[in-house]
Amino acid sequence: MTETGVIRILVFLTVVFLLVKPLGRYMARVYEGERTLLVRLVGPFERWLYRIAGVDPEADMPWQTYTIALLVFTVAGLLLLYALQRLQAVLPLNPQGMGPVDPSLAFNTATSFATNTNWQNYGGETTLSYLSQMAGLTVKDFTSAAVGMAVLMALIRGLTRRSATAIGNFWVDTVRGVLYILMPLSIAVALLLAWQGVPQTLSAYKTATLLEPASYAQPLTDASGKPVLDARGHPRTQTIKVTDQQIAVGPVASQIAIKQLGTNGGGFFNANSAHPFENPTPLSNFVELLSIILIPAAIVYTYGAMVRDTRQGWALLAAMTICFVPAAGVAVGFEQAGNPLFHSLGVDQAASALQPGGNMEGKEVRFGPIDSALWAVTTTSTSNGSVNSMHDSYTPIAGMVPMVMMHLGEIIYGGAGTGMYDMVALVIVAAFVAGLMVGRTPEYLGKKLEAFEMKMATIVVLVMPAIVLVGTALAAATAAGRAGVSNPGPHGFSELLYAFTSMGNNNGSAFAGLNGNTPFYNDIGAVVMWLGRFWEIVPVLAIAGSLGAKKIVPPSAGTLPTHTVLFVLWLVAVIVILGALSFLPVLALGPIVEQLLLAAGTTFK
Amino acid sequence: MRAQVFPAVVMTLALTVVTGLCYPLAVTGLAQVLFPRQANGSLIVDHGAVVGSELIGQPFSDPKHFWSRPSATSPHAYNAASSGGSNLGPTNQALIDQVRQNVAALRRADPGNTAPVPVDLVTSSASGLDPDISVAAALYQVSRVARGRGLPVETVRRLVARHTAGRQFGILGEPRVNVLELNRALDSLR
Repeated sequence: MTETGVIRILVFLTVVFLLVKPLGRYMARVYEGERTLLVRLVGPFERWLYRIAGVDPEADMPWQTYTIALLVFTVAGLLLLYALQRLQAVLPLNPQGMGPVDPSLAFNTATSFATNTNWQNYGGETTLSYLSQMAGLTVKDFTSAAVGMAVLMALIRGLTRRSATAIGNFWVDTVRGVLYILMPLSIAVALLLAWQGVPQTLSAYKTATLLEPASYAQPLTDASGKPVLDARGHPRTQTIKVTDQQIAVGPVASQIAIKQLGTNGGGFFNANSAHPFENPTPLSNFVELLSIILIPAAIVYTYGAMVRDTRQGWALLAAMTICFVPAAGVAVGFEQAGNPLFHSLGVDQAASALQPGGNMEGKEVRFGPIDSALWAVTTTSTSNGSVNSMHDSYTPIAGMVPMVMMHLGEIIYGGAGTGMYDMVALVIVAAFVAGLMVGRTPEYLGKKLEAFEMKMATIVVLVMPAIVLVGTALAAATAAGRAGVSNPGPHGFSELLYAFTSMGNNNGSAFAGLNGNTPFYNDIGAVVMWLGRFWEIVPVLAIAGSLGAKKIVPPSAGTLPTHTVLFVLWLVAVIVILGALSFLPVLALGPIVEQLLLAAGTTFK
Repeated sequence: MRAQVFPAVVMTLALTVVTGLCYPLAVTGLAQVLFPRQANGSLIVDHGAVVGSELIGQPFSDPKHFWSRPSATSPHAYNAASSGGSNLGPTNQALIDQVRQNVAALRRADPGNTAPVPVDLVTSSASGLDPDISVAAALYQVSRVARGRGLPVETVRRLVARHTAGRQFGILGEPRVNVLELNRALDSLR
């Protein structure tokens, strides 16, 4: 890695850590119902929302009611998004005249956005109307993120309340997340992005006259769609002249802002944040990168503040950063080194003052390998999944790093709320194992950890590897699954593994060569995304309910402190061992063997 | 469960109005007032006609123009209504073949130039719409463009320098040259 790479990573993390405390403290105030500056402005509207929805904001819910409200709300949103896509042809704000989205794709996209995955089987600018993007995708970006944060708040109440039967009000938590946290941040980020060049318009696509007309050869097909062959059996082509460029625009900035802040990641355009209109400048890239990690990192401080011990928050942030930094270093290093197979072709890949160099296939010049690889690690260590470069074209080890970040469970900062509650599940496992090893009663923050909590935490930790590995195996074993693969050799297997890793973790990034828009991937993918989201949320809420009902034991000599360096290192060890045990064998079949073959100069046809 | 259905439906509809209509429309209004040029796609207008966007690349194959990066958009390069990359993996023979062909095409257009080719000039961008090439990729093409136009090399080199954008704030991103703007400046020299 070059010096520039090291500096870039350090600058990024410094800015993140400067923002953690102010935003974290603000979020704690919002969720604890304290008066903030915005309450005066938005408070009346918030109360009006509760009134028309028939919600009593003072009524606390037991964990079962909280879960039911969450599930019903998610299903309602999913159905609305499905309907919007199916009906977009007859609804307004459709200047390009997009037809109805195919049912299987619409179902996949609806599930994907309702579960905060934002897996992109759709190509935004070729499939969706402006209304579907705004009232469909953008809405889910807000609500699915607010729901993730709400679950964390319920868990925190479980940890801090004593002998309680209720863990908060789902509607209040969700509405506050949207109105007081996501909305103001989104408006600010959207305007910053618009200033940098991200379009924000309702007008139709623009047409420009090319400076230099181009032409391309299009294969001729007969009436049945089969290619027409010439006398020698080669497909015949016709030359088509291109003099104009149709330029897709739309209400982009508003969607990109919340797509990053809510750790959603589903793009307005097919190329996602690599598209110059989603991410036009290095500054827009920095703002978006920061937005991806901002809430996940700050909410760890919120956690510490709300359990009335900020050391707990800092300790977890330290554990996350210990995992993040080496991963970023490895990915940036391998991408800067470039593709060894290019050396003999007369290609210059060395970084210099005049070029970023490195592996530039699937990357944009304004970002180069450093900003691209740093983004790849950030987007997968959180649960964002937006991309500013094509991960499929990464060198094998650099492409493996994003997979590993997801395999660890997206807890290294993690999704908005989701990362932190998954992290607490791991802390419970770590505290339990440590307690057993030294012969103390396992407890965390004064709550005794017993069989029920352990069962639920184990489900949270083990369901993800199970669905990822079973899904990958299913795809590799069936013709329908293998049909989606676009690259030959072990890289093709990596595409499958990446796909199920991403969907099972509700990430949404992809080795995008995989053709996921088939009934197999649309339908199985929807199931995997649903399980990946709710087989974690429901046990977490059960833990919240069970812990909330317990008394708080004052710390004694027998208490294992969970804010010490020793515990942080222990926690990192538990995270890494769990991830490695589950996934090292399958990684050996994909990226690891590919890297070895690449070093030996092997290619695949 | 039934008790939660009514709030769920009302909240879904209400939040759709707030976050799906009010929010994007408000941002549209603000952006159109504050940053009208950017909000409408940073279009370049020449004598009343739209000739491109500052942010969207165009294809070039004339040796008298600087060439953009290869683009994998379908069905033709630089299709700004359907973005995307090649998604070719690092050990895919098709990737190696493409890079080799791209190197050969550059060498054919400029036979005397034996310098190694900057990597970004022979690899497809992520969006297929990359408006930029690296400074090295621009300098690599200077001799060809200068010869094709009968201009002194130094004139063309100065033009490249004038269209070079450095790292933003000296620290973010990578130095780069906007190909469309450089070629427009080149054409206006006549």
